[in-house]
Amino acid sequence: MSNIYYLPTHEYARVEGNVAYIGISAYAAAQLGNVVYVDMPETGDDVEAGEDFGAIESVKAASDLFAPVSGAVVEINEELIDNPRLVNEDPEAHWIIKVEMSDPSQLDTLLSPEAYAAHCEAEKH
Amino acid sequence: MLRTCGAGDIDALYADVPPELRLRSPYNLPQALSEPEVRDFFADMDAHCKPLTCFAGAGAYDHYTPAVIDAITSRSEYLTAYTPYQPEISQGTLQYIFEYQSMMASLTGLDVCNASLYDGSTATAEAMVMTVAAGRRRNRVLISATVDPAVAAVAATYASCRGIVLEVIPESDGVTDAAAMAEMLGAGDVAGVIAQTPNYYGILEDFEGWSDRIHAAKALFVINSPASPLAVIRPAAEWGADIAVGEAQSLGMPLNYGGPYLGYMCCTRALMRKMPGRIVGATTDADGRRVFVLTLQAREQHIRRDKATSNICSNQGLMTLHAAVYMSLMGTAGLRRVNELSAGGAHLLARRLEATGRMRLAYPERPFLNEFTVEVADGLTTGQVLRALCDGGILGGVALDERRMTIAVTELRTPEELFRYESIVKTL
Amino acid sequence: MNRTLYDKLIFDCSHPGRRGFDLPSYPYPDALAGLPQHLMRGDAPVLPEVDELTVVRHYTNQSTNNFGVDTGFYPLGSCTMKYNPKLGDAMAASPTVAALHPRQPAATVQGALMIYRTLEYMLAQIGGMEEFTLNPYAGAHGELTGLMVIRAYHIDRGDHGRRRVIVPDSAHGTNPASAAMCGYEVSEVRSLADGTVDLTDLAAKLGDDVAAVMLTNPNTTGTFERGIPEIARMVHECGALLYYDGANLNPMLGVARPGDMGFDVMHVNLHKTFATPHGGGGPGAGPVGVRAGLERFLPNPRVVQLADGTFDVVADSADAMGRISSWLGNYTVYIRALAYILTLGAEGISQVGPLATLNANYVMHRLSDLYELPIPGPCKHEFVFDGLRDKSTGVTTLNVAKRLLDFGFHAPTIYFPLLFHESLMIEPTETESLETLDAFVEVMRAIAREASESPATVKDAPHDTPCRRPDDTEAALHPKVTYKDWCDAAV
Repeated sequence: MSNIYYLPTHEYARVEGNVAYIGISAYAAAQLGNVVYVDMPETGDDVEAGEDFGAIESVKAASDLFAPVSGAVVEINEELIDNPRLVNEDPEAHWIIKVEMSDPSQLDTLLSPEAYAAHCEAEKH
Repeated sequence: MLRTCGAGDIDALYADVPPELRLRSPYNLPQALSEPEVRDFFADMDAHCKPLTCFAGAGAYDHYTPAVIDAITSRSEYLTAYTPYQPEISQGTLQYIFEYQSMMASLTGLDVCNASLYDGSTATAEAMVMTVAAGRRRNRVLISATVDPAVAAVAATYASCRGIVLEVIPESDGVTDAAAMAEMLGAGDVAGVIAQTPNYYGILEDFEGWSDRIHAAKALFVINSPASPLAVIRPAAEWGADIAVGEAQSLGMPLNYGGPYLGYMCCTRALMRKMPGRIVGATTDADGRRVFVLTLQAREQHIRRDKATSNICSNQGLMTLHAAVYMSLMGTAGLRRVNELSAGGAHLLARRLEATGRMRLAYPERPFLNEFTVEVADGLTTGQVLRALCDGGILGGVALDERRMTIAVTELRTPEELFRYESIVKTL
Repeated sequence: MNRTLYDKLIFDCSHPGRRGFDLPSYPYPDALAGLPQHLMRGDAPVLPEVDELTVVRHYTNQSTNNFGVDTGFYPLGSCTMKYNPKLGDAMAASPTVAALHPRQPAATVQGALMIYRTLEYMLAQIGGMEEFTLNPYAGAHGELTGLMVIRAYHIDRGDHGRRRVIVPDSAHGTNPASAAMCGYEVSEVRSLADGTVDLTDLAAKLGDDVAAVMLTNPNTTGTFERGIPEIARMVHECGALLYYDGANLNPMLGVARPGDMGFDVMHVNLHKTFATPHGGGGPGAGPVGVRAGLERFLPNPRVVQLADGTFDVVADSADAMGRISSWLGNYTVYIRALAYILTLGAEGISQVGPLATLNANYVMHRLSDLYELPIPGPCKHEFVFDGLRDKSTGVTTLNVAKRLLDFGFHAPTIYFPLLFHESLMIEPTETESLETLDAFVEVMRAIAREASESPATVKDAPHDTPCRRPDDTEAALHPKVTYKDWCDAAV
């Protein structure tokens, strides 16, 4: 059983215990191109599953970031403030926020890696 | 051309317009006029206007426009260009906006300036929206009662549409009541505080301690000032403000019956990505030269659509050229001289008018620069005073009510004109 | 253009002590010294210290790095870059106008107010509306103003439940942004393959929580919404109002009026349809018109004509939706627009639309064998190609646009509308001659050939412009937005 889950809007939640590391998929990072800025919430903020918690910008595009799960932000990835392009280099290693999940059962509503891959394939056409 | 299009006549190109929608009769408009006739028309309109010697302010000031400015701003390479989306052939526009941004940032002392907003009132409304966007779910904004009422009305209009609760901080003896402000902050949920200096009465507000209090309440501090006085008064950054906005018409722009003017907005670097409007940045081109581009565009309507920081698209492009050329010509010394003459004339006129016994300073203890508020003597009304002055060819100021009016002086007002003003008031 | 001499910022030309100003020395007291010093500035601002000739040379040389309508053909879709007649500039430069303060008594500005009312009346004639306000400063500002009028109308009826505004997926970005600025949620309605609104989708999205539907007609693909009477009926049936984005009004001049199509509120971009110069991004003007019954919601202040024929300014009408400007808008822009209408007259204005449409169709037909035309037309004032027909070369719309710059033409609008991947949107306007259109066509054809024969030349374009392609990523990654930022980064 994989510990990574996806939203159709291309965010992932990598789960370790009760903590979810949230970022964007490699597919989304490639679509976006060179990331120049990541707008992140503050530590201590609450995020709501399905609601936007920030945004990610390239030169000529911007996407809202949606939370796959609800919970409190326990850490933001401060490396991305000075070096947002890390998201392009390895989006799954460079998560954006770390969330203490309030309702882990929400994971059941997310896509598995296989289902997400199929979703991306469908989106290409 | 029609043959190329495969159409018998132009009408065929409109075959998809339902006949019932087609214009049935010609427009009810006059027949075409020749160029000399159009000139006659506008000459006639001019003849029905009476320029007056201007002592009115209230946001629009009669400062001098150096001759160089018209020569530059009328160059059609600038005048007939579109928004600089194609940087390779728009460096002229991009560079003057960059220079303007640099000069305005220096005047306000803040880090960042955008490529302009429509006027001082919409700039203030946009700043209000910005504080709420940065304030994460806080939706109260406080605005001082001493802010220009037209500006406050525009902010209130924008606020009402967006569910922003805009509350007025009362005034006390011509300035914002700081204690009332602190109390209103204490009630919580405040995203921003907006105040103006010199305020609507011309008075220099004292914001000592404001920014600490405002920031402690996690709100942002917005200061509105006309641009020219910033060369000599304590600017937004020195008060610890986060956003500076205002009307930049005072940088030598003709009065032009109210427009086009120029709204400026500067802010701290932390707020840069919450800013509305265009921003020009420096970078390098493929040959390694310094060049300029529109940057941080992901904030804007053409990319972010309903999530954009504002709907603004066009700004006041050519007016930023006007401002940049003006500030280049004047420099710090020139702007200081403008303010010395304006304030000097204003203080002299205020003394002389008090000496007539027909009016007195409404707020005698308060410091002012080039604009001040008087109260007319018993038995007189501001309407009477302004009418008498108008008959003498003078726009005497702006009435606040029956008793009080504001009077502004610029470097264009000669000693003879001050004397004429005084003489007419003496006759009342 | 001598770049080595003039490739400087005005700050780079600064020499301490140089002056470019000349002011009188009246015997006024030194009032600044008497003011409380803690209210005065500590450090002086950093402004250039330059003489007048340096300023003139600097900005004159900079201007030669710019492209305007007076420089060459500007086929920028949805922007209507037509010729801006010089007479308008001359009339706007009146010294009388320059001296008029906005707070002058109405009796002393009757001519100025007459110009306002005259232009308002003429725009109402052309738009098929009852009343106009000239206060909005730009097209987007007009959209916001129009939506605020619509909001005031619903509230006045006691209808507080309308939270949504519907825009097509082909809409200009300002439409959803203006709706959001006005506090509305935005719903998008789908376009059909021919670029027109999908009425089935519209029906599904309409409801009693919809305040307005915003449309351009013709839309951003240059296609006339032939279903507009049906759309108007559907929108009105659910109690919403229909908003006309005037960005594409040009081809309708002399053909049809938005008011007759069923629109309730509209704005006009004077800097597009009525030939006032764009000024590198303003000042523009976005007058807003409304149908009968909505006049009282227009913003303060208003110019009114009194019973004795004179004009006055009313600043405190209680029904007005509020106030959106310091005063009455960008006055000198109105002078230019009025000069344009007076010059063309009823007949000339009526020829604008048909000639703009003819020019667009001509260019479209002459290029559609080489460029992919997703919507076959006939188009109106503009049309959209979805890149080159031959996709095998790897040459993109961006490449074609940049290569055009080398030939002395401005680029078309690119990657808009969002309906196609390689959108390339061309609007020639009515003021261009057949010779100019042919020259443009030949260059576009040459670029298509180049794309096959030497694609690298196109991909590396532009080659012959005042600067080469800028590094946008660096600009956004490490923003340097003032001279100080630039100097700090260089250290």
